[in-house]
Amino acid sequence: MKKATRRSTVVKALSLQELCRFCQADEDWITELVEQGVLAPVGSTRSSWQFVGASIVRAKKARRLNRDLGINAAGVALVLDLLEERDAALRRLARYEPLG
Amino acid sequence: MEFKDYYKILGVAKNADADAIKKAFRKAARKYHPDVAQGEEAEAKFKEVNEAYEVLKDPERRAAYDQLGREPRSTQGAYQPPPGWDEGFSFSQSSGQDAGAFSDFFETLFRRGSGPSEGMWQGPGADSHARIEIALEDAYRGAERRLSVRRPVLGSDGQITLQDQTINVHIPKGILPGQHIRLTGRGQPGATGAGDLFLEVALQAHPVFHPDGRDLHLELPITPWEAALGGHVVMPTPDGKVDLLIPRNARSGQKLRLKGKGIPGTPAGDIYATLKIINPKVETEEARALFERMAKEMPFDPRAHLGG
Repeated sequence: MKKATRRSTVVKALSLQELCRFCQADEDWITELVEQGVLAPVGSTRSSWQFVGASIVRAKKARRLNRDLGINAAGVALVLDLLEERDAALRRLARYEPLG
Repeated sequence: MEFKDYYKILGVAKNADADAIKKAFRKAARKYHPDVAQGEEAEAKFKEVNEAYEVLKDPERRAAYDQLGREPRSTQGAYQPPPGWDEGFSFSQSSGQDAGAFSDFFETLFRRGSGPSEGMWQGPGADSHARIEIALEDAYRGAERRLSVRRPVLGSDGQITLQDQTINVHIPKGILPGQHIRLTGRGQPGATGAGDLFLEVALQAHPVFHPDGRDLHLELPITPWEAALGGHVVMPTPDGKVDLLIPRNARSGQKLRLKGKGIPGTPAGDIYATLKIINPKVETEEARALFERMAKEMPFDPRAHLGG
């Protein structure tokens, strides 16, 4: 067994190209997600886009839903919104579960 | 090695046509997709369903698999394919799938003795993605974790072997679920350098605290007299115990905020304690007498607003 001592870093921001590589998607797909409001990059032009925070994990989820279930960008947008609502509801529910 | 009944996994008959198999897969994939379904079980099920489809959608693989016949009863849990079962078939490596995504059964049947495949070793190696579950306390304090990963390694004889490696991962203080830790050069190997390994951070469920972003919520039980009289109570946080001031005449369901005591960051999250008044079980004469006195001397009707 080989040991590694390299330090790990937290992904803070990704450019369009980096995000494409990160979620194995092409630029058109990412651009569609931005147009659908699924992703909210910082920066006004495509070349200056920086994807931060929740956009990174959303892009990954969106790509998986598209690849595994064949959902288009508009469908992915709806699914992700509903999932976020459901998760928030489940979090609230968990708080009100009686103490064990 | 365990025999996998791919027809059973997809819930289709042995003679199902390609359309029926695709339909069954789509339905199961929706149901068990890790981004949609909850829990570890769904993820395992999704992998199984994917693996089954990977075999049954491919006519050559399906034919070879069918030749194996039924699972032999006597060798349950220790399946060995009969010699020569794959004669006359050649399997193409499926690209883009992480090694280790499929079961040993699949790997033995369809990826046995594979040499370097076309394209795999040209250019930079692909990135790998995995999840890492951390305790809430790790997000507060940071942590070092050792991770065992299995990576394909290209040997000097040109053969790919899967090698177990240990990787040290630094979990920084203040990390949130959904964030990614990048381990440079720890992904798939390639001709011009290895790809990166990305670990998506998830938080283990905590019995007391329910995280929401950097904020934490908890239900804080208090006694009726603590609620009525107010005062200090000791409350646990992932970072140690704190003193919390309960206001006088506190209500059940009332929320108290501890600013900056949530998951560290700029700004740090808050902790919200929702008060819950717990009545003691009356088991002694003295306790009964106290409650009887309250019943007699305190004019209080919590149902007054219900009318009637």
